[in-house]
Parts: sequence; structure tokens; C-alpha cells
Amino acid sequence: MLDIQTQLFESQDLRLGPIDHEKDPEIESKWTHDSEFTRLMDTDPARPLSAAVIKKQYEKLEKKVEEDKNLFHFMIRTRVDGRLIGKAVVQWIEWTNGNAFLRLGIGSAEDRQKGYGTQALQMLLRFAFAELNLFRVSALVPEYNEAAVALLRKFGFVQEVCRRSALERDGRRWDLYTFGLLRDEWQNGHTGQAER
Amino acid sequence: MKDLFRGELVRLTLVEPEVGAKASALWQRDSEFHRLLDNSPARLDSEKKIKEWFEKDAEKGFKPERYGFSVRTLAEDKYIGFLGLWVDLIHREAWVGLGIGEREFWSKGYGTDMMKLCQQYVFRELSLERLSLGLFEYNPRALRSYEKCGFRLEGRTRMDTMREGNRVDSLWMGILREEWLQLQEGDGK
Repeated sequence: MLDIQTQLFESQDLRLGPIDHEKDPEIESKWTHDSEFTRLMDTDPARPLSAAVIKKQYEKLEKKVEEDKNLFHFMIRTRVDGRLIGKAVVQWIEWTNGNAFLRLGIGSAEDRQKGYGTQALQMLLRFAFAELNLFRVSALVPEYNEAAVALLRKFGFVQEVCRRSALERDGRRWDLYTFGLLRDEWQNGHTGQAER
Repeated sequence: MKDLFRGELVRLTLVEPEVGAKASALWQRDSEFHRLLDNSPARLDSEKKIKEWFEKDAEKGFKPERYGFSVRTLAEDKYIGFLGLWVDLIHREAWVGLGIGEREFWSKGYGTDMMKLCQQYVFRELSLERLSLGLFEYNPRALRSYEKCGFRLEGRTRMDTMREGNRVDSLWMGILREEWLQLQEGDGK
């Protein structure tokens, strides 16, 4: 199911790249005005942020990447014109245990359901397992994020934990899932040895 | 109204940097204790450094997301452990971390008593909806204690921890406010 790729940061239509401090803040600011996006991406309360605030966040983020050494942050861009469409993150890396959490988001609604998430996750998993040499990765997903659940299952992620009633949205409680994928499971899927 | 800080064997009280640092430095020497508590690498810090952390924490003042307690026995007034809460105020969930550093107080119901006080504080005082915790599969003593307190096992993250060259699972448990309230009725309280 996964293509063999020589470039870690390139897929058919996408490219993972660093932050563009000049152009990206404006675009990410727009995403924060879309509460559907923020609720899919984050459990923090939705709130619109200015480009200036996003710019500061980027600076803080790059400082954190440098100091903590347990975080990798990528911008997802289209290969054809370099347009920013989302973010992909490997975070909370525990080097001694070989585990980490993944986060992925496609910013605008018109860029969703086009297979970009699949391509981005493909690159992110290859980076986590083949470059960082991690043993396993996890992802936290709210019950209501059905697209994320479907995407993770496509890659062989297993739902390992269901934290019952861990979130509150729109006046009701929702479960929060932890999905996990082991390097062996990824490799078997990668080389087409495992049944899917 | 119930005394929130007083159980049957222990009481929850304030953190004293000097006392806490002295004990923590000793407890850090006990690598079994550390491995039951955390999957980060065991480490040894100076008493001075630990005291500074405690003091820094105290200087930050009241934060509604963070609660830390010392645990003392009722009988001897001995400082035996700690209990910390990390609260998500938006989704009204708390995570608890607790430990008994003094080994002679293991397996005697002190941990269960601490957890009951913790639940009481989380649901009666902080009015939260959910209390969560994590533990390692090689800690069956903790698992039994948490089950006794009404926690349900909600899953396990497979092989996420490496100990002595072996891959082990972390277990995740939770209890909801309504579940806890029902248990209280059952106890006739």
C-alpha cells in the first residue's frame, strides 16, 4: 500500500518543508478562523489568531525544536506551486523508549478529501520509523474525527485506548482514542507482506 | 461536610520544599520506585536542586490546572509520599500521579487511601467530570489498588516502554464522576 520512495520529504503531490516565516503566518491565521479545523486539530478552545501571533508562535516553536530535541515540525506544501496546505508533527518523542506522538492537519476544507492526508501520513511514518528509528508511534483522536480514524486505520493503526468521556464539545461528552502503530506493522504494510 | 484532606491512614497536606527535597533525594536512589513511577530514565539530583524546584513551583503561586500534595501518615505523621493533579479545565478532566517513597508503607492500603482522597478532591472540590491515570503492566499492585477504587481499564498502549531490554505495555485507566458518585452511595456515605 505504500510506495517505495527515495526522498523522505516528497510524495506524489506534496512536499514536507520548513516554516516560511514571511508567508505562512497569514495562511495559518486564516485556518484558525475555521472552528471546524481547530476542533479537528486540537482539544484547546477554538479562537481566531492574527498573523502576528502565529509568527510569534513559529519563533517559539523553532526554539523548542532546538532546545527540547524531542519534536520535529513540518509544513505540508503542494509540489506544483509550494502552496501551504497543512502541518505534520512528530512530538513528545521518548528516545529511551523509542516512542512518539504524531499530529497531522490539512488547513482548508477545499484541500481535504483529496488524498493529501494519506500522502502526508505516508511521509510522516517513513520519517518516524526509517529516519528517527522509532519503535512505535501513537495518535490521539477524538471520537468525532471520523476522517482521522479512517485514515489511521488505513495505515494499520490499532485503537488501543478509549478514554471515555474525556472531551466536552457542544454540551456533550466525547471519547478520546489513542491509536498505535508498531514499526513491524508499518514495515509489513510497507512491503505488502501483511494482509490488509 | 467531609474532611477533604483526611483519610483512614493518611492525610494530604502542603509541600514543604526542605522536607520534600530530603526525602526525594533518598527516594531517587531507589530505582525500583522510579521505574514504578515513570518511564523516563532514572536520575540522581542533588537535594539543593530538588529544593529549588519545589521552591520555584511554590513561587508560581496558585494555578487552577495544577495541584500538588504531600502525603503523611495519620499514626506517625511521617512524610511517605506525594500526589499531584494536572487538570484540563476546558474538558474537566484531571490526571493523577502519586507515589509512596517509603517502602515499608507499600502493600498496606496507604496508596488506596491516598487515591480515595484524590477522587474525593477531584469530584467533590474541583467538580471535574473525569479522573485519569496511567501505569505500567509490571505494576500489578497499583492495578489492584486502582481497581479497588473503581477505576476501569480503558486500554493499553502496546510495548511503548522499554525496561531491561524488554518491551512492556502502559495501561490507562479512568473513572467518571457518575461512576464515583454511585460507589459512594454503595458505601452508604
